[in-house]
Amino acid sequence: MNKIFVIIASLFFVPLSLFAKWEEVRIGTEGAYPPWNGTNAAGELEGAEIDMATEICYRMGVKCTFVAQDWDGIIPALLNKKYDVIIAGMSITEERMEKVDFSIGYMTDGACLVVSKDSALASYQSELESVNLNNSDAATQKVVGSVVALLKGKKVGVQGGTIHQNFIEQYASSALLSTYSTQDDLNLDLGAGRVEIGLADCGAFDDYMSKKEGSNLTSVSPSMGGGPFGDGVGGAFRKEDDDLREMFNDAIKASLADGTISTIAKKWFGRDISM
Amino acid sequence: MNFNLIYESFLDILKGLGASLEIIILSLFLGLLLSLGIVMMRLTKNIVLNSFSRSFVFVIRGTPLLVQIYFIYYGLAQFTAIRESFIWIVLKEPFWCGVLALTINTSAYTSEIIRSGLNSIIKGQAESAVAFGMNKFQAFKRILLPQAIRQSIPAYSNEIILMIKASSLVSVITIMEMTGIARKIISKTFAPIEVFIAAGIIYLALNYLVTVIFKKIEKKYTISY
Amino acid sequence: MELLSLGDTGWGDEMLRACMMTLAVSLCAMVFGLILAIPFVLMKLSNSWILKFIANFFTTVVRGIPELLIIYLFFFGSSAAIMFVASIFGHNGYIEINAFFIGAFCVGIICAAYSTEVLRGAVKAIPKGQIEASYSYGIKGRRMLFGIMIPQTLRIALPGIGNIWQLVLKDTALISVTGLVEIMRQTHIASGSTREPFLFLVTAGILYLLLTTFSNKFFMIAENKYSKGFI
Repeated sequence: MNKIFVIIASLFFVPLSLFAKWEEVRIGTEGAYPPWNGTNAAGELEGAEIDMATEICYRMGVKCTFVAQDWDGIIPALLNKKYDVIIAGMSITEERMEKVDFSIGYMTDGACLVVSKDSALASYQSELESVNLNNSDAATQKVVGSVVALLKGKKVGVQGGTIHQNFIEQYASSALLSTYSTQDDLNLDLGAGRVEIGLADCGAFDDYMSKKEGSNLTSVSPSMGGGPFGDGVGGAFRKEDDDLREMFNDAIKASLADGTISTIAKKWFGRDISM
Repeated sequence: MNFNLIYESFLDILKGLGASLEIIILSLFLGLLLSLGIVMMRLTKNIVLNSFSRSFVFVIRGTPLLVQIYFIYYGLAQFTAIRESFIWIVLKEPFWCGVLALTINTSAYTSEIIRSGLNSIIKGQAESAVAFGMNKFQAFKRILLPQAIRQSIPAYSNEIILMIKASSLVSVITIMEMTGIARKIISKTFAPIEVFIAAGIIYLALNYLVTVIFKKIEKKYTISY
Repeated sequence: MELLSLGDTGWGDEMLRACMMTLAVSLCAMVFGLILAIPFVLMKLSNSWILKFIANFFTTVVRGIPELLIIYLFFFGSSAAIMFVASIFGHNGYIEINAFFIGAFCVGIICAAYSTEVLRGAVKAIPKGQIEASYSYGIKGRRMLFGIMIPQTLRIALPGIGNIWQLVLKDTALISVTGLVEIMRQTHIASGSTREPFLFLVTAGILYLLLTTFSNKFFMIAENKYSKGFI
């Protein structure tokens, strides 16, 4: 009888544990944002951030477990202590910093606009390859202006609660915005033609466009960064866990310095997006 | 608990009440029409129509609404043939996908409610109506239908409440009704509890209203009995 | 079709495992819900207006708010509540509540609200004369409860409980927010990753149909067995 009770109890409650010295760290990720973090056919998490986090945990000498969590609730679940850090392609923005603290950035990717090859929008050409919205020079202003003009009155899809949604709301409120709960859903609807323009990290689209279903899509805009797009991607921590954040910062610095993160980025993105 | 946030989200979510009601009322109306067709198919002796009606109800009642919504929205959109056909005019719009899914869902449940309402009427009544000189149509309209409706009212009011609750699911296909707005506020404030309490209060009030109205209707019909 | 194969290259084994998970979490939610319903039934049947009010409040609120919101509220609310209670007892560490438990808990709450109504109706449906008769035979207290009241209640409530079970099975599709990999979440992951939503949604539909059909059969057999001698 007692044995049965113990088995049932352990099914429900993983032992109450005190992590005084961070011997175990739980990492929250989405598992639906390849190549940052995705799920493969074996049901396992994979992606650049999964490789990177595994490497960082090895360097810190801690045991890490991954917890999959929908993007919708990814910050609330961190605050609720469901896991201890978010490594999920999350850009460092001031809005989020009101609730969480970030590690130093480890990778950064511009934001891209993607349209169907058949659409008239595909002929749009930008004068610059990439723009940083923090700059206020005339060339940047002109390109941003033309992007905003392109978005006007169009059906634009973004993942909800992202920097991309913020950009549309702040810069192009005249666009007809649809928000999706995952990047995969946005990709499916772009492929189906329900939205005319998709906005997300360039890498997230590259992955889809390289597949058969996404082959009719093309990226049109300059790659954009800065401003509402934030300052690169970092790990998010609860405000009180400064010690854990420092541990991550040291390990990230070391892996950036010796080129480990750069190697991982090249493997998954085909280009070096490490910071 | 941030009461100010509850209040502010309450006002924001209320802006989606119109969209929610539009979807709910449209689906209930279309669902009722569709369910009449399904019941009639079920009552015929034609094996094809009969078994189609049976399997339709079986499949819809046996699978979660969420699967049905995703199927109509993402599943069907996968095929180029569908995207190039006239159906795409409807399926292209998230709003109509939502209405279609809810209509199909409620029609299956409603048809069972109507069927059991009809079954509860004593068979002899129709026969005696005919014996009194009514034709079959008159007997159906004057004797059977009013009774079937009265029998079905409590179950149907329950179905309306289920539909009001179910309408929250269409937020997963980008429709900005009340739950969609609530999710959007959460993505900015990261405070799900406060925002969902605000949304919950509105749904609860809506359902309470429906309960009160149907209690009145039920009473009215019972008195005349 | 090879997408549905078993092993590491296909999603077939993942889908089957997710199906088992749906079944397991539904069973736990059902048991939890039925147990939780008992005090509420007793409160509804009591003579105290305050107990009645509490029970009515619970069933009205839970049945009047969309399931999705209930699950979100309990998912985020319960861990905050547990953390709060733990902090009263001076425990400030991290308490991990796994996705399975929290999923079963959320759906169990919904199940409890519906079960309360079904069980209350069943208790009321037992003819008063039976209780009087058992008293006159000298059957009282525990013997009456276990020998007469409970078996009768269960028999009358069986069809209603069958309906709730179907509801529970389908409501588990909403708990993907808790991170538990049940049929719906697995379907979403697989269709996102393979870009074949149609195939996986149809598979999901079939798995749910299998679950609902088999359990329906089970309940019908049970009903036939326990209504023997009553018709």
